[in-house]
Amino acid sequence: MTAAAGLAAAPVTRAAGARQLAGTGALLRLALRRDRVMAPVWMLVVSGIVLAMPGSLESVYATAAERSDAMESMNANSSMRAMYGPVFGDSVGALTAWRIGCYAGVLAAVMSLVIVVRHTRDEEETGRQEMLSAAVVGRRAPLSAALLAAFAADAGAGLLIALGMAGRGAAGAFALGIGVAGTGMLFAGVAAIAAQLTESARLAKGITAAVLGTAFVLRAAGDAGTADGSSPLTWLSPLGWQVNLRPYAGERWWVCALIGGAIAAQGLLAYALAGRRDVGMSFLPTRPGPARGRIATAGALALRLQRGSVLGWTAGFLLAGIVFGGMASGAADLVGENRNTRDIIERMGGSGGLTDAFLATVTGLFGMVAALYVVASVLRLHGEETSQRAEPVLAGAVGRLRWAAGHLVIAFGGTVLLMAACGLGMAVGHGEDTAAVVGASLSRLPAIWVLGGLAVLLVGACPKGAVAAWAVVGTCLAIGWVGPALDLPQGVMDLSPFGHLPKLPGAAMDWSPLLLLTLIAAALVAAGLAGLRRRDMTTG
Amino acid sequence: MTKAIEAVDVAGLHKSFGPTHALDGLDLHVGSGEVHGFLGPNGAGKSTAIRVLLGLLRADSGTARLLGGDPWADAVALHRRIAYVPGDVTLWRNLSGGEVIDLYGRLRGGLDRARRDELVERFELDPTKKGRTYSKGNRQKVALVAAFASDVDLLILDEPTSGLDPLMEEVFQSCVTEARGRGRTILLSSHILSEVETLCDRVSIIRKGRTVESGSLAELRHLTRTSVTAELTEPPGDLSALPGVHDLAVTDLAVVDPAVAERRGEGGPGHRVRFQVDTDKLGAVLTSLAGAGIRSLTSTPPTLEELFLRHYQDDVRDDAGAREGAMAR
Repeated sequence: MTAAAGLAAAPVTRAAGARQLAGTGALLRLALRRDRVMAPVWMLVVSGIVLAMPGSLESVYATAAERSDAMESMNANSSMRAMYGPVFGDSVGALTAWRIGCYAGVLAAVMSLVIVVRHTRDEEETGRQEMLSAAVVGRRAPLSAALLAAFAADAGAGLLIALGMAGRGAAGAFALGIGVAGTGMLFAGVAAIAAQLTESARLAKGITAAVLGTAFVLRAAGDAGTADGSSPLTWLSPLGWQVNLRPYAGERWWVCALIGGAIAAQGLLAYALAGRRDVGMSFLPTRPGPARGRIATAGALALRLQRGSVLGWTAGFLLAGIVFGGMASGAADLVGENRNTRDIIERMGGSGGLTDAFLATVTGLFGMVAALYVVASVLRLHGEETSQRAEPVLAGAVGRLRWAAGHLVIAFGGTVLLMAACGLGMAVGHGEDTAAVVGASLSRLPAIWVLGGLAVLLVGACPKGAVAAWAVVGTCLAIGWVGPALDLPQGVMDLSPFGHLPKLPGAAMDWSPLLLLTLIAAALVAAGLAGLRRRDMTTG
Repeated sequence: MTKAIEAVDVAGLHKSFGPTHALDGLDLHVGSGEVHGFLGPNGAGKSTAIRVLLGLLRADSGTARLLGGDPWADAVALHRRIAYVPGDVTLWRNLSGGEVIDLYGRLRGGLDRARRDELVERFELDPTKKGRTYSKGNRQKVALVAAFASDVDLLILDEPTSGLDPLMEEVFQSCVTEARGRGRTILLSSHILSEVETLCDRVSIIRKGRTVESGSLAELRHLTRTSVTAELTEPPGDLSALPGVHDLAVTDLAVVDPAVAERRGEGGPGHRVRFQVDTDKLGAVLTSLAGAGIRSLTSTPPTLEELFLRHYQDDVRDDAGAREGAMAR
């Protein structure tokens, strides 16, 4: 036999499937190495918000009778069910699962989508995958490694939750851990499919986030209508499955099979797609563009680059505003004299009428999500710089301030658009108090701007640490999100700019914090721009 | 002052990134209307120097003048008069090549529309494709079309032809020649020596952030050496004693089997000498060789490559000599 025949024969002896997965181990090690800081931080945050909950619940509801009381009134209120899902039991464990389980699942989903897209489409878009795939790396190995990395992070977070909650009942603890981890894995699957469909990592993340948002709205709508999680809308949503797993309330283990089956089905679909396409290519084709361009200024370029994301965010805010606005009237279903419930709602940011309290809570949530938008948008400036795309633009007759201003107008102007859209949406859904609801929505802007200004300062004065803007906004979100339920000291609550805003609608209008925050934001932006003007541009 | 303003006038430029001295007293003078080659090994500081000239980096010390202005303070005004092509063009994935060309043109304050269309044609570029789908060479073409179609005084080209095929390289060279004909000044950083040799009036070679050689090619050639390979029937005597002879190697050809000699291109028993000689001492050395009975003689004039290699690395001269020998066969 000749050497050539021997070489040709060798691969045939191995199973085709094994060849497609060749190199998965090495790629997984690469992924874990690259995520060695990010993934553990995510896991700690996801499990931390759950494990912090029982203690605070116990301090609010000291006795079983109080918890039972709270459970009944919460479950009677369609708005509360929409926000958190139905309550299935009055144990501390069950209340923990109700209050935070779904949100921990959402966070796990975001973690998974970031990890999966980062190791699949991102690698292909940047061209790094080409070099990896030229080595002994099977067609499906990158996807396998990315999914395994995400699954490992999800399982780690779930395990931390299960271990931390085990003292309150092992079965419930594991159901809660499985629910959170399962939701994360489900959206790892969604991200894996989205990464096959589009050539852009940004778009793949956007698609997955849109699916996640839709899942939340479906569950919220379903649970607003029914008190036991049995609505078909709830069952349509993967987040509803997590609710229906019922940790600490007669766990329904068969739901695990549903979650597992869906994960497997998604994985198979993603594998099938991955095996049928070229590296770097996608199923959604890239259409040709115009041969001549009309973009004439740096500002127009920035608008062109960001318009898709601004439109997407605005549409999302409008729709979510309508949905949550529609739930607002349900807040009054609640039996008014229940002290504990009123306490809870007041803690969540409202003061005054229950409907106003609900609207104020939702408006606060929208404001915090808009802070994510403004940071992402400001960091586009940083992305343009580090990707070297800014260099030829700045080699044109474009001053740095003009170049930066183009993106900042969109970042800060976009927040106005977003908050106006969600305010209008809520007013439409709610059907009354249009001016008050829109005004409340817009009143969140100064705090959003402060976080945006902080991002500008980092990009301008300390570009190496620009991504720290995410850590800042994450901290503020955590304070606003779980701070009231955890009874954090006021000093900590005051760290977040959102804590200084009047709780509109309902509370008395107070202009001074709004003006002060706007001034702080303006100062931060000015300092950032001054830094940008003076420093060297980042080079490759 | 009667002297015309230099397009680029850099003296004693320093720039450090932490402990790295990217520029260590760089001098660079580009006269108005000339095509100036800017050479140096990877990491020599060429791109850093260009970024200082573009006002993207601020020099630590030294002076830099671009078209008579301060590249940092007058950046915007100066940039109306220059076009820049980086060595690695990154495009926005969702903008078409045509859109990017027009954008760059407008950002520089003007694009000759007819020339733009002609250049798109000549570079065989499809301007409707999106940024993501262009190959490396095609991304370069996008930036090149935008640069050559812009109505500017100075073109700063940083390894502009990386990834271009030989046909496109030719188009690029004719574009440079045309731009020169229109009185443009061109600063061309390049590793393609034939390109530099064909296009450039003057070159500057930099190494470790410092200029090591600068002048016209003729001037630089004069400073360098000619490689000579000769087969002699008689022993050559002590050539190394002659002034200007370097790297002498003498091979005895007597003992070789005729078949091997044939394969090696050797003409039979004798002596092969290989050496380099300072170009102005060439005549005297050849006279001396003639006495030893020249059977064959190859003399290679100094190439830019040799010049280049001499400055890139101190110990490559022997290798260069060996390569000359191989080419002579």
